[in-house]
Amino acid sequence: MKQTQPCADTLQQARLARYSPGSTKASARYLWPLAALILLLAVNLLLDASFFQLSFQDGRLYGSLIDILNRSAPVALLAIGMSLVIATGGIDLSVGAVMAIAGSICANLLLQADLPLALVIAAGLATGIAAGLINGTLVSYLKIQPIVATLLLMVAGRGVAQLINQGQIVTFLRPDFAWLGSGSWLGLPLPVWLVIAMFGLSQLLLRRTALGLFIEAVGCNATASRYLGINDKAIKLFVYAFAGFCAALAGMISAADIQGSDANNAGLWLELDAILAVVIGGAALSGGRFSLLLSVIGVLIIQSLSTTIIVSGLPAKFNLLIKALVVLLVLLLQSDKFRRQLSSVLPKWRKGGQA
Amino acid sequence: MKIKRLLGATAMLALSSSLALSSLARATTIGFSQVGSESGWRSSFSESVKREASARNIELKFADAQQKQENQIRAVRGFIAQRVDAIIIAPVVETGWAPVLREAKRARIPVVIVDRNVQVNDDSLYLTRIASDFTEEGRKIANWLMQKTDGKCNIVELQGTVGATAAIDRAKGFNEVLSAHPNAKIIRSQTAEFTRSKGKEVMESFLKAEQGGRNICALWAHNDEMALGAIQAIKEAGLKPGQDILVVAVDGVPDYFKAMADGEANATVELDPHLGGPAFDVIAAYLNGDKDIAKYINNTGELFSQDTAAAEYQQRTNK
Repeated sequence: MKQTQPCADTLQQARLARYSPGSTKASARYLWPLAALILLLAVNLLLDASFFQLSFQDGRLYGSLIDILNRSAPVALLAIGMSLVIATGGIDLSVGAVMAIAGSICANLLLQADLPLALVIAAGLATGIAAGLINGTLVSYLKIQPIVATLLLMVAGRGVAQLINQGQIVTFLRPDFAWLGSGSWLGLPLPVWLVIAMFGLSQLLLRRTALGLFIEAVGCNATASRYLGINDKAIKLFVYAFAGFCAALAGMISAADIQGSDANNAGLWLELDAILAVVIGGAALSGGRFSLLLSVIGVLIIQSLSTTIIVSGLPAKFNLLIKALVVLLVLLLQSDKFRRQLSSVLPKWRKGGQA
Repeated sequence: MKIKRLLGATAMLALSSSLALSSLARATTIGFSQVGSESGWRSSFSESVKREASARNIELKFADAQQKQENQIRAVRGFIAQRVDAIIIAPVVETGWAPVLREAKRARIPVVIVDRNVQVNDDSLYLTRIASDFTEEGRKIANWLMQKTDGKCNIVELQGTVGATAAIDRAKGFNEVLSAHPNAKIIRSQTAEFTRSKGKEVMESFLKAEQGGRNICALWAHNDEMALGAIQAIKEAGLKPGQDILVVAVDGVPDYFKAMADGEANATVELDPHLGGPAFDVIAAYLNGDKDIAKYINNTGELFSQDTAAAEYQQRTNK
């Protein structure tokens, strides 16, 4: 349900529409992405029922569903950051490259003897924030178009990571760091917990303070929000730094997962998956509206699709085509106009739809 | 670091060539146009050529094309203008080489193609091509696996990037051998894009889809990196890679030798990065008057298994 942009209404009305629990608008936004996710999982039930099998082994849950959650983690983190950037009307193409940089920094630090783990993690996260601050400064203070400003780091960042790694894949043997990527806690893989923690913290920060509202206001109309007394430049700087932070965390998870930093391939094209997830979640690229939960559901749709394709046994050359078709279908289902046209063609649907 | 090393090498070369001037004729000058440094294999290829050149007292002009053919063509034109004695090209792509090769031929400079192929109608445009045969690599590793399992095996395959020559030809060679063994078959096959992380992800799904991996006898990966990722997935599923599931791949990167030494992988065919030696041999022979040189020199690497892995790993990391 593409409802009216909050910009068009007053902000007050927009808030009401989104937050009042009984409102049809609020619940309908969740309907189609969730329906798509359930449909995809249902396809797996038809392909192979053992897909849903969960067993408990070596102190952790084990099964394809857990794999989907675990493999979604890096992109989910990227999507959380990307949601905020897109909500301000921007875009961050550099997150995949930032993943590679953070991974390479951590891997090289881990090769130094006996650096404490906390320091390595702090260095990785600081790298991400620094990269985000560069993006944010270019976008907010130097007024460079976000797609161009972050394209710079997207291209250069991978080069920086390759330079740090000297063109090699740097591997390390540090079980404590590897635990970030392949460890588990209370039965769930650690990356899943990191996503849950990040999601919870961001949600608190955005919805229990005015920050979320400010971000949407800046995305709707930066000039108007400035006249209202919102420091739009600082807000933009913050969201890019936040996206950089999320990307660094994602980069460390993927490096820890394979116990090595592969500058050429770590996070490659994942920025596009993250943007796609945010869009599947119903956010407008023009800014002004976002939902972290819907973005994460978007990520789960993409990852379920990838896992389904692997399990389906279709030849590899069909992968990308199938992915594109399913994404198109999900986006069409979310379009009001398309559903109206469809219901005029299918009389049965109309009856059901009006109920 | 690299620049410093390069400077050092050039300084040494300059020194040695000035020493050589007094006793011999001037050192051979060879231009080498490399693809770039996109993978660990590529970097060790470049390093090996540089090392070999300084050992043979050859003045090497090294040009990194950063994955762009136009840079390579510009570099080759530069070599021709500098009147080098020979040119080595590791081409980025196969097509579009005829004009610049014709220029080299007109200047009477022999060109050796290494690694990937070039497509030209007139094969007199280059002296020879030195490369390993991907199909042969696939055959070698398949033969080893069939011998090990007596031709009875359920194999899962991790393919390289869709459409890559290495992936297509390695699969072709492997399947050729497999067709002679009716009890061996590939039960699952997916691309893992030649990367470690995808290798792990795809293998996780394969293991779930094949009853926790109990149905899988061997993993065949089109390169070592994917196999290394898959080994982690097998371990995390509670199985022993190398025993419960045999692991075979192609490339021979140092990390894979370590995995073999630890008993977690079984065999690999080396994709020899030391193409500098054979190329310099051919050029020396040609410059000394040997005009009868084969158009293709097969440089397919050896098969390595666990027996020699520990020693090989030692040798590869102590360079």
